[in-house]
Amino acid sequence: FSGRAIAGAPLVLRILAECPVSKARACDMTLPHCTVNTPVFMPVGTQGTMKGVTAEQLENLGCQICLGNTYHLGMRPGPELIEKAKGLHGFMNWRRSLLTDSGGFQMVSLVELSQVTEEGVKFRSPYDNKEILLSPEQSIAIQNSLGSDIMMQLDDVVSSTVTGPRVEEAMRRSIRWLDRCIAANRNPESQNLFAIIQGGLNSELRHICLEEMTKRDVPGFAIGGLSGGEEKDDFWKMVTLSTDHLPREKPRYLMGVGYAVDLVVCVALGCDMFDCVFPTRTARFGSALVPWGSLQLKHKQYAKDFQPIDPECTCPTCRRHSRAYLHALLKCDTAALHHITIHNISYQLSLMQSVRQSIIDGCFPQFVRAFMDRMFPSREQYPRWAVDALASVGITLN
Amino acid sequence: MHLGLRNEAGAAGTGPGDTAGGPRRTGQVGDARYGGAGICRWPPCERFRSILVRHVRRFPRFGGGSLFTGVVWGGYQLEVAFKPAVLTTAPPAAHFAEHQEVLEAFREGAAKLAGLHDTVLFCSLQDPAAPCPAGYNTSKVGRGAPNPDPGSCRTCETRTCVFGAQSVSLWSAAGRIELTVPKYSLADGDAQPAGSSLKRVRRSVERTLTHLDECVLLHQKTAELVGAELFGVVEGADVREERVRSARETAKRPVGGFVLDGFQSGVMDQALRAQLIAAVTAELPRDKPRLVLGVGRPDQVLSCVEGGVDLFEGFFPFVATERGCALCFRFAMEPDPESAGTRLPTLGPSHLHSVSREGNIAAASVSLAVLPHRYRDDLRPLVVGCGCYCCRNHSRAYLHHLLVTKELLAGVLLMLHNVSHYSSFFSSVREALATDRLETLKSVVLG
Repeated sequence: FSGRAIAGAPLVLRILAECPVSKARACDMTLPHCTVNTPVFMPVGTQGTMKGVTAEQLENLGCQICLGNTYHLGMRPGPELIEKAKGLHGFMNWRRSLLTDSGGFQMVSLVELSQVTEEGVKFRSPYDNKEILLSPEQSIAIQNSLGSDIMMQLDDVVSSTVTGPRVEEAMRRSIRWLDRCIAANRNPESQNLFAIIQGGLNSELRHICLEEMTKRDVPGFAIGGLSGGEEKDDFWKMVTLSTDHLPREKPRYLMGVGYAVDLVVCVALGCDMFDCVFPTRTARFGSALVPWGSLQLKHKQYAKDFQPIDPECTCPTCRRHSRAYLHALLKCDTAALHHITIHNISYQLSLMQSVRQSIIDGCFPQFVRAFMDRMFPSREQYPRWAVDALASVGITLN
Repeated sequence: MHLGLRNEAGAAGTGPGDTAGGPRRTGQVGDARYGGAGICRWPPCERFRSILVRHVRRFPRFGGGSLFTGVVWGGYQLEVAFKPAVLTTAPPAAHFAEHQEVLEAFREGAAKLAGLHDTVLFCSLQDPAAPCPAGYNTSKVGRGAPNPDPGSCRTCETRTCVFGAQSVSLWSAAGRIELTVPKYSLADGDAQPAGSSLKRVRRSVERTLTHLDECVLLHQKTAELVGAELFGVVEGADVREERVRSARETAKRPVGGFVLDGFQSGVMDQALRAQLIAAVTAELPRDKPRLVLGVGRPDQVLSCVEGGVDLFEGFFPFVATERGCALCFRFAMEPDPESAGTRLPTLGPSHLHSVSREGNIAAASVSLAVLPHRYRDDLRPLVVGCGCYCCRNHSRAYLHHLLVTKELLAGVLLMLHNVSHYSSFFSSVREALATDRLETLKSVVLG
């Protein structure tokens, strides 16, 4: 297999429709390996694999872009081998588009005693205990070897629950690291580098970051530093502030967001791209996502339930298998996890397709109302933050 | 599945009495191209083991044990019902009772519940991927009963062996058996280990026959089992006269086929197995299929095929996958039938094994482990020339990476390859039989 990049600019965004009420938009984002329809949910295939799902299965589910993880792949099998195998596309044999993150997040969240300096992030490899420095240059070098369609800058990540001067320091450093990443990119014609807006939960800091980073000519922007345990009230306000100040004609990627409600609300707030390990991770605990919540298939109540997970779902799992079967299978075979993973990915992708279609058809607000109505047993149970966030962009849930 | 296949078989107009004409056909239970049977496990009784259904199904495999016995289709019906199929092996069962209730509530059969409704279902008891010596009993039910004598069973190192204490009571609960079609357990075999006393062997043969007669009666009385076949089990340990007697007597019963028990790899050595199988099949009607339990290694398969066996359990690819190994033994014969028997195919440089005196295949040539470091940057497919999904799309380096990082996809891809490889081997076997080139195939496989 060898991929073919589309000649010309490595990213072209075509806005097909904008919601007249909210900030939602539906676009086609053309990348070197394929065009991606937005709004889009990107499944996370951390180590060059989607947790037991083959590349073909993923393609058949309609996935156009998924994530690979620079930290993990950089450790194993390493960039040299992947480059030899014709990039991450060649190595995992994925024909469509790939986004790689910078590795920054994993390092601070996974690795003990990682130390951030102006140079980069110093840490000890968990595999051979050697000390490693992940600098902006190094991160981009790895991502260049991986050959992803979209690369993320190395940012100085702080948890959204951190307050004080560290937040500003991280924000300013991220701007400087963005410039170093831009300079280090060997393949500006075939790989897109996205900036990541930081600033924590501080509007002022966010403003500064937005102002500075939008001066750089990058093909897209991510909203980072959120979805880390902060209050939802703060979360949505930072999201909407960010999209207010990001250029219309460039894609907005909200990192780490994946619950269905969050996706729908944040589309309303103007985001185009999302990623999250939640659907695939929760599948591995036997939890199947449905429009009205989730089914914990390990529970006894499903033992004789011969319906599929979602009678209206058309994924391979729902076409062939029942809840009862999955319940039984969960007890003793990893196969159950594959089936549920496939369903959950399908759920997320279908949700986004429906969202997109409703924007194109001009009925996104109605879609949102119907979605919330299905998801929650009553209006009283609508999450307050979601009601507020939607109201802020003109969608009322009455 | 149940209804669909019954209609198909009916439409084809074949019945138990028909003689299969033409060259002998073999079909591997679990042949990915030709359909096959499924396996679902049923915890073995303390003394008796029943024939369970072996599922042939799409990977990922079906586990979860206690799906019950389904119904067996005669060999020729298997050919009629062939569809692209799937292979599965069920790990040891522990939740028999629960699933029984579920199946009763479901009312449409085990295969349909497992999403295998387009395959044929064959029921056997023992999980061949965790075979234990005949007659070996513990009183523990369910998983977690480690094999106290791992050396006795090559494939048992990491698997637990399950012998249930769900003994005769299950069988004598005739009422339960009659409740739902998929819950019918087929003939029983009381296996005795090689070296047992003659008296014990004789008794086990008797018991097996008695039980078969009970099953036959039940089978004939049960409306839902019309169109389903019963297989009889031939026992006799390593005693030739008892083997012959068991075969003769079982052949007198109205069974659709025969299961040859007690010949599992690790239980009996190849030479003795070959002799006894030949003796057994000589007593069996030509037009009914013969299945041997627990034989999977290609050289042993060929030996059994020579002896008159038609059906095999498809656990071998699964066992290889569990070990992180890819099957790679050679079985390709030259396609031109004109050259049959005139010269041996040339052996390529990758043919690196030695053949022991008994004509056994060396382990190293059967499969290759992908974890060793030397495959880390090997961008070739697992087996050059293999047309399976894994070999068409992925490299050894990728598989190696998946194994190192313990990713679930490793097992998926390996299984896809191993099933495909094994199925293609069986295609080769059938081709060899049809063109009278079994000796040629043997030399290719053994080297």
